[in-house]
Amino acid sequence: MTVLAVRNLTVRYAQGVPAVCGVGFDVGAGEVLGVVGESGAGKTALALAMVGLPPPHARVTGSVRLRGEELVGRSDAELSRVRGRDLAMVFQDPLSALTPVHPVGDQIAEAVRVHSGATRAAARARAVELLDLVGIPGAARRARAHPHEFSGGMRQRVMIAMAIANDPVAIVADEPTAALDVTVQAQVLDVLKAAKEATGAAIVLITHDLGVVAGFADRIMVMYAGRAVESGPVEEVYRRPRMPYTIGLLQSLPRMDAAGTARPAPVDAAPPPAGGCAFRPRCPVAVDACAGADPEPVLVGPAGHTAACVNTEATADPDAVFPLPDPMPQPALAPRRERPVVLEVDGLVRHHPLYRGTLLRRRAGTVHAVDGIGFDVREAETLALVGESGCGKTTALMEILRLARPQRGRVAVLGQDTAALRRRRRKALRRDVQVVFQDPFASLDPRMRVADIIAEPFAAHGLRAPRGRVRELLDLVGLEPVHAGRYPHGLSGGQRQRVGIARALALEPRLLLLDEPVAALDVSVQAGVMDLLEGLRARLGIAYLFVAHDLAVVHRIADRVAVMYMGRIVEIGSVDEVYGRPAHPYTRALLDAVPLPDPRLERRRRRVPLRGDPPDPTAPPSGCRFRSRCPRYTALGAVDARRCEEHDPMPRPMSTDRESDQWAACHHPLVEAGSGT
Amino acid sequence: MAAFLLRRLGNHVVLAVAATSLAYLLAAAALDPRANFEGRAPRPPESVVDARLTRLNLNDRTSLAVRYGTWAAGVLHGDFGRTWDGRPVNAELWRRLGVSVRLLSPGAFLGSALGILLGAYAAIRQGRAADRFITLGSYLLLAVPVFVLAVLLQIVAAKANDAMGMHVFAWVGETTPGAAHGTFGALGGLADRMRHLLLPTVTIAMTQAAFYSRYQRGLMLDVLHTDFVRTARAKGLRRRTALLRHGLRTALIPMTTYFAYSFGFLVLGGMFCEQAFGWHGMGEWLVEAISRGDVNVVAAISCLAACGVLSAGLASDVLHGVLDPRVRAGAAA
Repeated sequence: MTVLAVRNLTVRYAQGVPAVCGVGFDVGAGEVLGVVGESGAGKTALALAMVGLPPPHARVTGSVRLRGEELVGRSDAELSRVRGRDLAMVFQDPLSALTPVHPVGDQIAEAVRVHSGATRAAARARAVELLDLVGIPGAARRARAHPHEFSGGMRQRVMIAMAIANDPVAIVADEPTAALDVTVQAQVLDVLKAAKEATGAAIVLITHDLGVVAGFADRIMVMYAGRAVESGPVEEVYRRPRMPYTIGLLQSLPRMDAAGTARPAPVDAAPPPAGGCAFRPRCPVAVDACAGADPEPVLVGPAGHTAACVNTEATADPDAVFPLPDPMPQPALAPRRERPVVLEVDGLVRHHPLYRGTLLRRRAGTVHAVDGIGFDVREAETLALVGESGCGKTTALMEILRLARPQRGRVAVLGQDTAALRRRRRKALRRDVQVVFQDPFASLDPRMRVADIIAEPFAAHGLRAPRGRVRELLDLVGLEPVHAGRYPHGLSGGQRQRVGIARALALEPRLLLLDEPVAALDVSVQAGVMDLLEGLRARLGIAYLFVAHDLAVVHRIADRVAVMYMGRIVEIGSVDEVYGRPAHPYTRALLDAVPLPDPRLERRRRRVPLRGDPPDPTAPPSGCRFRSRCPRYTALGAVDARRCEEHDPMPRPMSTDRESDQWAACHHPLVEAGSGT
Repeated sequence: MAAFLLRRLGNHVVLAVAATSLAYLLAAAALDPRANFEGRAPRPPESVVDARLTRLNLNDRTSLAVRYGTWAAGVLHGDFGRTWDGRPVNAELWRRLGVSVRLLSPGAFLGSALGILLGAYAAIRQGRAADRFITLGSYLLLAVPVFVLAVLLQIVAAKANDAMGMHVFAWVGETTPGAAHGTFGALGGLADRMRHLLLPTVTIAMTQAAFYSRYQRGLMLDVLHTDFVRTARAKGLRRRTALLRHGLRTALIPMTTYFAYSFGFLVLGGMFCEQAFGWHGMGEWLVEAISRGDVNVVAAISCLAACGVLSAGLASDVLHGVLDPRVRAGAAA
């Protein structure tokens, strides 16, 4: 039964192109519709228009019917009786979406009281009940806590509790897991699933993550430039996408499963033209008719699979739409152990003392941000550091970038121990070690032109940029010479990150430190930047140390991977080995938590979800630090479990094979030495 | 929270001592009480002047350090010394403090409350007629000096008195002599005090409200479009309720800091008000003391003002802690 029907919904700002243009769909009770698109596709504008909270100065036309009742054009008073009772919403960022000054229990109780007129006590009791339902331990006590005392995942659970407080008919969830780690994302999606089953609500799930949709949604709607360009049942659309944009999106995803070995086709961003199909400038199968009227959705498959494309004949075989790029030339490299070591880290420690008090500062504890890690990076290879947020991966990167004496341990760059460096040598060494940051918006000076940004490293070292070097660098990272005169705000996110890479390459470094270089970019833009990084490594022989939280991205770009947990490396080895047969239960759990962008595979997977959040970094558990969340530890007998409680596991090789270099720090690894391939 | 406040209090005592000492040293070095005697006709003999000044600890021929020592020892025992004509400073200080507090507190309280409400309302109605009216009004008030405003109000009140043919508004001094002994006894005295308080309170409240409403409007605009206000509305709260319950409380937090800083502004405004309405409070006394070179009085008033500003700071810390749970957690640890 259809409970939420949207027809011809358009959101228009004062001037310019509409943010949402003529979108329509139906969602039945207990059904999940996934709305997918890149940033700027109009997903959030659509969500806010549906619940009647569009930004000021936005004009909403069309129809949103909830159980046959029209919502568009109703007054705030009338809508507020529907919102929160029949139509609930879960917002993206759980940190800013909860009022910081009220206890969470009161905030949930308010949602109950405003609609049911329950007494204060009854509403409080219901709030505790709801917190318990979404899996918050010690609900009665935690109800009195304020939002800042919760972790991100717990806050999102509170948001969900608030949304289901009045058994809504439909829930609109706008990127509910975008700000969370994969392990926590899996937990929150489970809670949302439980909430759906408890209330029988229809869910509109808005996300940029095709993996989340594959596992969670029944139907999918792909948005591009404010229009619904393709919609249909999830399995059908993933198997036989017919709109070129959907095809490109699915192909450009970095994949962890077997199907992901092929190099995806990059789809570069382009602003939508006026009139006609908005995807036209990026479309490989565009024909003259595309410039005409807006393409209407046409039926292209069973169960209402529609695509808004005039050239559906060309997309009958999705694999033929995007020309496969030439395979990346793989230079003949010497075997790993014969190549020179570019970076060597041994027992690196970075502890942050934690102080409390204003007048009399007392040492209140120590955050073990990086607690004795060791690895090496050789020429022309990529080592990725992965882990949940707060595991110390960025701290490790910054500690190496300092090129100074570490608190403990040893860092050697190109054979030179950083502790023994004098000022001049350190500065000279900085030419060989460059960095690319996560946020391409914040890492470029907004008042400098691109040409000046790229030439700045020369000035910093007292050199003059050689003639034509800026143009050469722009060309190297795939930018046009005209970009040299622009300011950063005149560039797209992907272009800005290319400028950041060009700046890092200006002095021809031997080692590039990359801190989440693609995390802030859209999927299709990500693919382009990763192609660039791979090509540069092949051509210039640079070594990369790559910090990332996205395991699919790491699988695509890295040769070796080091998994970090609470300041330690728990497993390290080649990507094939670590992904193929993870030895540490944490690695297994991380890999399990990544949703696969394939509905059939995703639904068949059996996974052991990781419980809870990482423990307090000032007080790690005794023995093995992962013990408190380890699924393997709970299944162990008393004797085996004692080892985990009393002894801190040291890294040891997981295979007797001479070619293998997989090490894990676990007393009871999932693969045993000798049982290797 | 208590430990945090105690530490803050300790900090503030040190600050108050430093501020008062500096004020004394500056006043003692710059002011010239000797001129009062030298200007007299017949001019008293030098030795008499010296003896008198020395007795009052005002003699500029004694070294500054010695004078400071004598003064500081007195202050430690709660004695701020004597005025240039030999009367004790303490008694006059407390009396005048009472006058100033009676004059300023109703206006300050009303003004801040009104300013916060007006500012919040203006932000909610951003860009509409109400917002523009409030903005215009507050700029106008901020641009007009307090004494001009006071005089304007007096003119208006005089016209109103004339038009009604009754003496409704009164604005000279604190009371009309003999009002407490009239037909209504003590009650009549109270009514008379209120009548005298009306115009000064309006003057102070208006300037305070203008000041606060500007800040509050800016802060409220920041929370207007926050995610948590949107969440509150998604729960089913109407816009006004969501803004009051979730927005205003959060927007009030930074206001507590302004509260401490605006205290100085209030004291200054009070000084003009006392002059304009003929109240014999601290402000008037300070102006007199400076012109007469009365070092001890200037130092005593500075000490009181420093304590006042610092207690306003302390009060704003307490308010901040009450309003913002995040601060509370950090301070308690």
